[in-house]
Amino acid sequence: MSRKVLLIEDEPNISEAIRFLLTREGWQVDTHAEGTDAVKVILAARPDLVILDVMLPGKSGMDVLRDLREHDEMTKLPVLMLTARGQSRDREMAEQAGVSRFMTKPFSNTEVLTAVRDLHAQASRS
Amino acid sequence: MATLNVLILVCLGYVVLLFGVAFVADRLAASGGGKWLRSPLIYTLSLSIYCTAWTFYGAVGNAARSGLEFVTIYLGPTLVMVSWWWGLRKLVRIGRSQRVTSIADLISSRYGKSNTLAICVTTLAVLGGTPYIALQLQSITLSFSIFAEADPAGLYREGSSVFWVAAGLAVFAILFGTRNLDVNERHHGVVTAIALESVVKLFALLAVGFFVVWGIAGGLGPTLDRIDASKIGQWQVDAGRWTTLVFLSAAAFVCLPRMFQVMVVENDDESHLRTASWAFPLYLLLMSLFVVPIAVVGLDLLPEGSNPDLFVLTVPLSQGNEWLAMLSFIGGFSSATSMVIVTAMALSTMVSNHVVMPIWLNTQEGTGSVSGDVRTIVLLARRVSIAAIMALGYFYYRLSGGGAALASIGLVAFAGISQILPALVGGLFWRGATRTGALVGLSVGFALWIYTMLLPDMGGGIIPNSVIEYGPFGWGWLRPQALFGIEGMDPLVHSVLWSLSLNTIAFCVASMLSFPSPLERLQGAQFVNVFDHSTALRGWTGSVAQSEDLMIMTQRILGTIPAQEFFQAEAERQNGRRGRLPEPTPGFLERLERELSGSVGAATAHAMIGQIVGGASVSVEDLLAVADESAQLLEYSSQLEAKSAELSRTARQLREANTKLTQVSMQKDAFLSQVSHELRTPMTSIRAFSEIMRDTDGLSAAEQKRYAAIIHDEALRLTRLLDDLLDLSVLESGQVNLNMGDGTLRAMLDRAVSSALAGGERPLSVRRVRSSERIQLHTDLDRLGQVFINLISNAQKYCDAAEPILTISAHDVGGQVVIDFIDNGSGIPPEAQSMVFEKFSRVGSDKAGGAGLGLAICREIMQRLGGEVTYLPGQGGAAFRVSLPLAYRQAAQ
Amino acid sequence: MSPQDAGESKPSPVRPSLFLERQSYRRRRLADAARLLPFLGAALFALPLLWPDSSDGTKALPLSSAIFYIFACWGALILVNVVFGFAARRMSVGENAEPEAETWRR
Repeated sequence: MSRKVLLIEDEPNISEAIRFLLTREGWQVDTHAEGTDAVKVILAARPDLVILDVMLPGKSGMDVLRDLREHDEMTKLPVLMLTARGQSRDREMAEQAGVSRFMTKPFSNTEVLTAVRDLHAQASRS
Repeated sequence: MATLNVLILVCLGYVVLLFGVAFVADRLAASGGGKWLRSPLIYTLSLSIYCTAWTFYGAVGNAARSGLEFVTIYLGPTLVMVSWWWGLRKLVRIGRSQRVTSIADLISSRYGKSNTLAICVTTLAVLGGTPYIALQLQSITLSFSIFAEADPAGLYREGSSVFWVAAGLAVFAILFGTRNLDVNERHHGVVTAIALESVVKLFALLAVGFFVVWGIAGGLGPTLDRIDASKIGQWQVDAGRWTTLVFLSAAAFVCLPRMFQVMVVENDDESHLRTASWAFPLYLLLMSLFVVPIAVVGLDLLPEGSNPDLFVLTVPLSQGNEWLAMLSFIGGFSSATSMVIVTAMALSTMVSNHVVMPIWLNTQEGTGSVSGDVRTIVLLARRVSIAAIMALGYFYYRLSGGGAALASIGLVAFAGISQILPALVGGLFWRGATRTGALVGLSVGFALWIYTMLLPDMGGGIIPNSVIEYGPFGWGWLRPQALFGIEGMDPLVHSVLWSLSLNTIAFCVASMLSFPSPLERLQGAQFVNVFDHSTALRGWTGSVAQSEDLMIMTQRILGTIPAQEFFQAEAERQNGRRGRLPEPTPGFLERLERELSGSVGAATAHAMIGQIVGGASVSVEDLLAVADESAQLLEYSSQLEAKSAELSRTARQLREANTKLTQVSMQKDAFLSQVSHELRTPMTSIRAFSEIMRDTDGLSAAEQKRYAAIIHDEALRLTRLLDDLLDLSVLESGQVNLNMGDGTLRAMLDRAVSSALAGGERPLSVRRVRSSERIQLHTDLDRLGQVFINLISNAQKYCDAAEPILTISAHDVGGQVVIDFIDNGSGIPPEAQSMVFEKFSRVGSDKAGGAGLGLAICREIMQRLGGEVTYLPGQGGAAFRVSLPLAYRQAAQ
Repeated sequence: MSPQDAGESKPSPVRPSLFLERQSYRRRRLADAARLLPFLGAALFALPLLWPDSSDGTKALPLSSAIFYIFACWGALILVNVVFGFAARRMSVGENAEPEAETWRR
């Protein structure tokens, strides 16, 4: 069974970079570029992991995460959040909203891959 | 022949009649009936207590001695009555509005409720009244003696009879004047009895006159002939005395305590003055009509050396007309009794109110509240005062030897009481008159009167003859009847001239040099402008005067405007209209107390109102002092209040400043956060792809090339962003240097369009009306071009039409150059239009390169250039308008 | 009413009726007269001082004439005051009809 990741990011270049990295690790990478429909897309795609940008057009990543956690079956879904603002307040907000891992742009590729692997491992164990 | 016993019986019967009248009148007044009791006629008749026994007997005596001079005593009051319109009316109005109880009260009230002044006036009035009362005693005694001479069985002794007359009059006055204590000092019964007496004396004198003219002289013509033939039959008056006497009688008419009593205190209705103004002079005219005929006939008929002061009695007696003589005796008795009663009443009121009561209250200090027993004290004080005044009159009579002519004694009294005139008239018409002035004037006049008139007149060795002839210590210029060496004047004229003129001068000078207290100034204003402050009240309402005191006090505490507003509102509640003072009803007092307690505390407010309303041992001045202190406290507390208000104002300013700082800080945070995001985003791509290229083996050449291009693009994006930020910061800080130059709009647009469209992937056709672009501009061409490029490339990036078209048009609108950039896309949604010029604002999800600073920079540039860039809603697509003021434009030549 | 009379009262936006103006004008003149009256009386009563008397040797005026003069002046003064008193009452009655009007206020 292949591992599926849903990447929600509006910067096409960043999307492309992550897709390149994860595809090579054996992930099936789906992308989505805005916030309004993000929850619906996640629910429909049933990914094993979500990478979520904070600054999204339409709806912020924080709200997407909060709404996502409202759904019972989504409480355990690993969500890796990326932000370009890098303020400690954002990290707190994200943790309250139920984030699994929080990363600040720019990140190193190794960091992303490590985080994705850890999250997936945790999810599979439980 | 009537015996003395009959005479005494007649007198007693007459007195009983008077009592009966007074009693009935009081009952009528109390039951609210007897409207005629308050008629102008009664008022006029009561005024005629001016005509005393002096007038009744003395006028004829005076005429027999000096011809027409006697008439001056009536001409003075006539002139006063004629000038009622601006004189007496004001006096009466003030008396009523201030609830004045006597002339001393009026003077004291006018000069700041000074009791010193009241005592001064009272003393003067008592001293001036004493000779006058002695005069009445003398006249009654003399008239008795006439009958006694004719009574062979008479055991008449002058000394004892004077005593008994004095005692009888005292009892009479006490019984009449102090039967009850009226709060308003008004006595309907007494006034009515006096009116009756006036009729009696006029009737008696007229009867004697008719008898003399038609019974003895044989008609009018023969009487006139007799007059001209008599020893007084030629016009011979001393001009100085004539003028002085007219003036003196006018002054005394106003100042005499008994005249003040009937004229002002007992006045029921101001409009009565209107009737009295002609009726009283008429009464005086009738009283004096037959004086000269009686005098002339008396001189003719009676033996040389008979007392002309008694011609009114002796002429009928000599003709054997005993009944007429009896009538005439009763007339004289009437004159004397009415004068004595009213004088005693008036004087005792003054003495008890201004001398006895203050002393008594002082001794009672500390014994707590003053209750109902004050009334008995006051009554007792008045009774004792009356007795004392009568005793003074008796002793004066005994001392002066009873020999002086009636008229001269009367004039001594007139001159004494007239010393009040300057203070009175000054107080009514001159606001600058002060208490000090009144005191100094009164003292000077009083002293001069005693020295130049009273003491020399009394004789009896009070002043040694040597002093009168050579002056005290031999100083000739201080001779009592030739002051400052001015000799040869009539003693009366001399005394009146010096005392009144120096009195007036002292009064005026001291008034001008001294400064009145606030209470004096308040009272002065109320007196002088009484017609502005009061309305013609019908009926005496003593309580309204209380309201005025309350008003004065309230003004001190609450301030003038709020106090007036409060009282006016209360008056409106009571009467349905504003404009007069409210009655101090219990409800009103309660509200007032509540109002005051808000300022001075409940206990003080209660005490203050209690003192004013409950009649009090504390003077109004004391209360005002308390009010002043409270006002100071209030001022102090309001200062504190102001300070605390200032503090809270400062605190609010600090809070505002803090909020502002917080806002600025938040804006700064938001901006930094935005900048951070805009910087980190391209760097993320750059880092990610550079790591991919570094770490990934076996990338195809196409991939390598593509990733390198991405890195390059993102690096450019970073550069652009940094440029924009720098640009914006320079523009916003205002440190930008404008590089002014000249150019045409057409050339500028040409350049902007070509540089904006170069390198753009999306096609955009630009439509222009080149003919409208022939406008010469004087501005920073590069900056303006930057704005144009930004707007054109925005259209290029964001116009979502299938075939994007940008229309650029230039106009001259309202003295401005206006350049519109309108595309055919879907435009900017209304909710975003207001945000479009803010930093980092982007419309929609399109990420076509910009960081959202372009329009913010455009706005800053246009502000520097003195114009503006705005969004034009409703143009079909996105529409921006750039406007520049005409001052930068010069028409192309 | 003469033009001068009309000028006596202040022009106001709402012009009161001619009758009232005239009345208030009369009232004012009447008050003037009332103020003058005592001075007239004083002058009349002072006039006898100019008469010749027996002291300077000339023939003095007979007393009966003096009496006539004094009492005639006196009576005239009273009469004038009667007229004035009634006029004042009529005016004040007319004025009482106006609300809050001060009787004969200057």
